[in-house]
Amino acid sequence: MARFSTRVGRRVVLGIPSAWLILLFLIPFIIVLKISFSEIQLSMPPYAPLLQWVDGKLLTVKLNFGNYAFLFTDALYISSYLYSLKVAAVSTLFCLLLGYPMAYAIARSNPTSRNVLLMLIVLPFWTSFLLRVYAWIGLLKNNGVINNVLLSIGLIHQPLTMLQTDFAVYIGIVYSYLPFMILPLYANLEKHDLTLIEAAADLGATPFTAFRRITLPQSLPGIIAGSLLVFIPAVGEYVIPSLLGRTDQLMIGRVLSDEFFENRDWPIASSVAIFMLLLLVVPIMLFQHSERRTLEAGK
Amino acid sequence: MKSHGLFSRTLLVVGLVFLYVPILSMVVFSFNNSRLVTVWDRAHSPTWKWYVELMSNGQILDAAWLSIKIAVIAASGAVILGTLAGVALARFGAFRGRALLAGMTTAPLVMPEVITGLSLLLLFVAMEQIIGWPQGRGAVTITLAHITFCMAYVTVVVQSRLVGFDESLEEAAMDLGARPAKVFFRITLPLIVPALVSGWLLAFTLSWDDVVISQFVAGPGSSTLPMVIFSKVRLGVSPDVNALATIMVLIVASGIVVSSIWMRYQNKRRERDIQLAASANL
Amino acid sequence: MSARPRVDAPATAAVSSERSAAAGFVRIEHVTKKFADFAAVDDVSLDIRQGEIFCLLGGSGSGKTTLLRMLAGFEIPTSGRIYIDGQDMSTIPPYERRINMMFQSYALFPHMTVEKNVAFGLEQERLGRQEIRRRVGEILEIVKMSPFLARKPHQLSGGQRQRVALARALVKRPKLLLLDEPLAALDRKLREHTQFELINIQEQLGVTFIVVTHDQEEAMTLSSRMGVMNHGQIVQVGTPSDIYEFPATRFVADFIGSVNMFEGKLIEDEPDYVRIRSEELGGVVYVNHGISSPPEATVWVAVRPEKINLSRQPPKVAAGVHQPDESASENVVRGIVKDIAYMGDMSIYLVRAESGKTIRVTIPNVARHNEDRITWDESVYVSWLPESPIVLTR
Repeated sequence: MARFSTRVGRRVVLGIPSAWLILLFLIPFIIVLKISFSEIQLSMPPYAPLLQWVDGKLLTVKLNFGNYAFLFTDALYISSYLYSLKVAAVSTLFCLLLGYPMAYAIARSNPTSRNVLLMLIVLPFWTSFLLRVYAWIGLLKNNGVINNVLLSIGLIHQPLTMLQTDFAVYIGIVYSYLPFMILPLYANLEKHDLTLIEAAADLGATPFTAFRRITLPQSLPGIIAGSLLVFIPAVGEYVIPSLLGRTDQLMIGRVLSDEFFENRDWPIASSVAIFMLLLLVVPIMLFQHSERRTLEAGK
Repeated sequence: MKSHGLFSRTLLVVGLVFLYVPILSMVVFSFNNSRLVTVWDRAHSPTWKWYVELMSNGQILDAAWLSIKIAVIAASGAVILGTLAGVALARFGAFRGRALLAGMTTAPLVMPEVITGLSLLLLFVAMEQIIGWPQGRGAVTITLAHITFCMAYVTVVVQSRLVGFDESLEEAAMDLGARPAKVFFRITLPLIVPALVSGWLLAFTLSWDDVVISQFVAGPGSSTLPMVIFSKVRLGVSPDVNALATIMVLIVASGIVVSSIWMRYQNKRRERDIQLAASANL
Repeated sequence: MSARPRVDAPATAAVSSERSAAAGFVRIEHVTKKFADFAAVDDVSLDIRQGEIFCLLGGSGSGKTTLLRMLAGFEIPTSGRIYIDGQDMSTIPPYERRINMMFQSYALFPHMTVEKNVAFGLEQERLGRQEIRRRVGEILEIVKMSPFLARKPHQLSGGQRQRVALARALVKRPKLLLLDEPLAALDRKLREHTQFELINIQEQLGVTFIVVTHDQEEAMTLSSRMGVMNHGQIVQVGTPSDIYEFPATRFVADFIGSVNMFEGKLIEDEPDYVRIRSEELGGVVYVNHGISSPPEATVWVAVRPEKINLSRQPPKVAAGVHQPDESASENVVRGIVKDIAYMGDMSIYLVRAESGKTIRVTIPNVARHNEDRITWDESVYVSWLPESPIVLTR
């Protein structure tokens, strides 16, 4: 259809969203990049201008790599990056271990149950993310629900410290991102041809072998999409570690926010952001590649 | 196959319990008289106390109203822009800059919110410096930011719907004399309405729920509901938040239940029609 | 059952472009369509006359659908031109052509009623409401779908949907109607019935039809003329009987109906007869007309199964046949019946000749009771008349 539309028509349809995104998505990144090279200044905005007129004629660019050097030398930043990557990776793994069997069970159930189950999975997603994370505070704190229950039935004698631990963050991330893991996995598993499994059984394979050699490889695109959909945003998570996480070791999202709001050091915050982006560039491109391939396959 | 099925089905139940226990606990404790929330005050509970307090909490009500307004505008803007982008990506074949557009529409899906928030704030500051608008941060900047990150989700939904769309319908319409624009508005659009509706709802939820980006680009006097809640709960649990959560869960749950009942009814009618037609001779 | 001949077409076995004195209503001139390096349509030239039903017959990948889509305007030729009623279609988009198409999947708009579906094309012409309603009613009457005005496509059966699709395409009174595998989705009985209906409607309205199909029965029944396509090229154009009885190549002979093919060498080449020795057949074939071919060339002899006779006794020599001696050892071989398929109206015999080659023979079941019918493992004589074999040089 589009081959026959007019030049003007095409330009409009293409131009409007492109212009919006270039202005509000692409250019902001360039600005962040630019500011990451400047110095903090007591002014509003609190950074030195990048381009300066020298003697009214020559335009110089004052690139300050100091921010980046600071990132690498100060232990706070390095440990935060590493910690964030670790937390995100572990959470993604747990999310996969729980989400895959769930997606599998839904995909293999009969059509009526399937719709009900999907609805049940998606319903929490429509209720506020913030409030659900908040709910975990009530469950995990020292006089919270879990501790009260365990104490009252005598399993423990002292309340367990669950809040403000790595454990709490894992739970928080798995809890919030579970639908993002389940849905791509389900979309993939649902398309599998079950007669292949029957053929495998006919040829003597045990159910587990059939799963390992037929289902699992075919579901790889779903695993990749789901894992990236969890891992990448989890690295920069802010709300969950703020409400549930440790106070002695911060994730990088929190570090960025503190630099920005507490220290009012916009250049450092910008360099933190840029470096985070660099770390995530490969996973992000992997994700876009996998999205494109899924779309192609769907044709 | 059977034992395998049992393992995954067990985990499904475990997972569902895992998903719903926190929600249920919030609902239950919203009726607890104790300010400690999780310590059940047997003597004075259950009570409507916190709901009443909530209704008279001006700060929360104002914030909720602001959030709704922003979410409606942001969702609508996101649907318009996302549909345009989805159409371009699904129907325009290869064009110069396609990779860029595709990248710009999938990146926000995974971009950490702190990065998006920071970059947008810096943009608004720079714009204010250069052209004098937007003047200060507030509802406008929040809305613009929300449209930007929500449209990515709408694009994905619309694009995948269009890719699976039967192109022979569009060709038939052109064959009958309709120009491409007319084909889009009279044939394609009516048939992808469900995708647009779910895109709108998705964008609305994301905007309504957003904390981080709003914090970056908001200004004094423009606090959204999530911002208010966040600052409250950073200090610990608070029973009126439980009440708020319960109300929201109720609204969402009834919305979903109503829509699935309606959809089942529609499907039943369709099935019946198809059966009737198939049994007709010739 | 074939369509009544519409145009006096001289029987011909010519392969490519056919230029009659009056230029064709549809002229396809050296049209090629390439997708990357692959030529889906390869230098096709074709003339189609006004008022005829022309079928493009070919297997999947033969290029017939691509050619049809180029006529409709959905694909643009890589090279070559298409003229419809004298007008060059190169720059004309599908929505401006006076051509309509009936899609294989019918492509009925699911969110519109039958009436709105059919009216859609007229609305694009900006006709008045009354006029539209009148014409919609008219065409639905012709396709016998009037009672279903208010139904939606999913409330119709396959055959009903097909008629609505036809009505929608015809209501605009196009110069040319393109049909993409129109009967493919219908079951057997419905297909037969619809074939006749299509022919009647076409006669009634006088529209030129171009039909694309992979089903030779469909092509033979519907068309006044047909073109056989293979690998993007037109291999032969002619009336159904031309193509069936006088195929131009081995591909056409094999593609249409069944055929027995024997490779052989010319041993006598005269203007009014030829003799061919075939090792494959294990005998000599005598054909009572001349052929044009270089001497000493390899040729193929094709004989249709229904032209072959089976007998327990050697066949008598036909009078007037020019032969070197009276032993009647030409156009006949011996064999054993290996397989019989009883089809009700006829039986298919597979006979293994002495040379090892399997020959397919169809015999109509003329009598209800035939105790003396030839049966398995019988030794038989397989023979045919001198005018039956088709000699092919490629």
